[in-house]
Amino acid sequence: MVLLMNSLVSPAIGLVFWTTIIFLLFFFILKKFAWKPILNAVKARDEMIKGSLASAEKARKEMAKLQSDNEAILKKAREEREGILKEARDVRDKLIAEAKGRASEEADKLVEKARAGIEREKAIALADIREQVANLSVDIASKLLGERLKQTGEQQKLIDNYLKDVDFNKN
Amino acid sequence: MFSFPLSAQEEHGTAVAEEEFKPGPFILEHIADSHEWHILTKKDGESLAIYLPVILVSKEKGIDVFSSRKLAHGKQYKGYRLEEEGDLKGKIVNVKEDGTADEEILPLDFSITKAVVGLLFSVLFALWLFLSLSRSYRKTGISHPKGIQSFLEPIILFVRDDIAIANIGEHKYEKYMPYLLTVFFFILFNNLIGLIPFPPPFGANVTGNIAVTLVLALCTFFITQFSGNKNYWKHIFATPGVPFWLLPVMIPVELIGIISKPFALMIRLFANITAGHIIVLSLVSLIFIFKSLMVAPVSIAFVIFMDCLELLVAFLQAYVFTLLSALFISMAIKEEHH
Repeated sequence: MVLLMNSLVSPAIGLVFWTTIIFLLFFFILKKFAWKPILNAVKARDEMIKGSLASAEKARKEMAKLQSDNEAILKKAREEREGILKEARDVRDKLIAEAKGRASEEADKLVEKARAGIEREKAIALADIREQVANLSVDIASKLLGERLKQTGEQQKLIDNYLKDVDFNKN
Repeated sequence: MFSFPLSAQEEHGTAVAEEEFKPGPFILEHIADSHEWHILTKKDGESLAIYLPVILVSKEKGIDVFSSRKLAHGKQYKGYRLEEEGDLKGKIVNVKEDGTADEEILPLDFSITKAVVGLLFSVLFALWLFLSLSRSYRKTGISHPKGIQSFLEPIILFVRDDIAIANIGEHKYEKYMPYLLTVFFFILFNNLIGLIPFPPPFGANVTGNIAVTLVLALCTFFITQFSGNKNYWKHIFATPGVPFWLLPVMIPVELIGIISKPFALMIRLFANITAGHIIVLSLVSLIFIFKSLMVAPVSIAFVIFMDCLELLVAFLQAYVFTLLSALFISMAIKEEHH
């Protein structure tokens, strides 16, 4: 049995020979006709998958960029709109304020004018009244004094002086 | 693994049992290479076997080719005899005039033995498989794997990604892929045909034969040495960081290291496969040792368990051999880092 074991671990020359030939033939045939095309096909597929993944990633990034661009544009547009609206509001406010100012100015002017007119009319009226009152007073006094008093310039001056002291504005 | 089905084995067993069943020789006979493919021994002692061609080369007689039937049962033919007992058991010897074997000069035996037939069969099967696989790749192009591709491609990719690229590296692995793939599938298929007991050409113990593992280990050895770069040889003959007076010690140690690596490859594969076969055959032998059919279910249960384990070992050893080959190659082509 030990001897048999011995033959188990001592390689037989014939089998070494045949194994070498068979293995080498096997290797070269497979190398040329199997491994090369198979590995190339697998590699080509790997590369295609890698390429498609990369381009998909690129497309995704581009998409994201576009989206962010869009967002930026939208944001800008929104800001612009805000700006325009604000400007319009400002202009409107300004216009209103201006119009208001001008209107009140005009009104003030009108009132001023009216008041000046009234003053003037009042002065005319007062002068008129004064004259009438003087005439009346002269008449009355003439009537009372029996026409002794002559219608002279001195007399008229005297009456005016009296009348000046009377304040008609009090009425 | 067995050269005959169980029913035949029983016949064989009972025939031998009369002169007491010896499990040792029985097992070793099944593991060893043989010139004939024994199928069963009939009750009258005659054996049914496939007789394989014998090819002998010797200086005196030249080349002789004949069927091993001519040498069956200790018969002599052309002065040759197949020894059945003694030191030269299983070997073909020259018979001297006095009828004894010439133990000095043995004819060189290039016979197509059982292992060679098993080898041829597994290689032809593998060739057929991979050539048709390659053809199917030509057809499918770069589309997804179909049919047999989806079964074999993961194994090929495993060898590429987890053995070649992982050890040799992204840049240099491609050169060694054909060898690594070939050796992986060669070992795997030969392991598997050794596991299937019947019929011939299944059951030949190919990767459990040291001649076969020797050739494989030598291939890895030569590829490693021929790939070795300057750095590799420098580490052997002028190991950096070692004082020069130590080199007479270091160089032999390094050279032993070169030899021991493939030697370990050879022994590992041979021992693993042989051990598995011995265990299975021992479990079967139990039936004949106890001479009882009651043992059979237990034996069979254990054998089934062992066969499952052996199936794992078949893949594992193919993987280990390929992995270590890749590792040795990577050590030979490694660039200096410092």
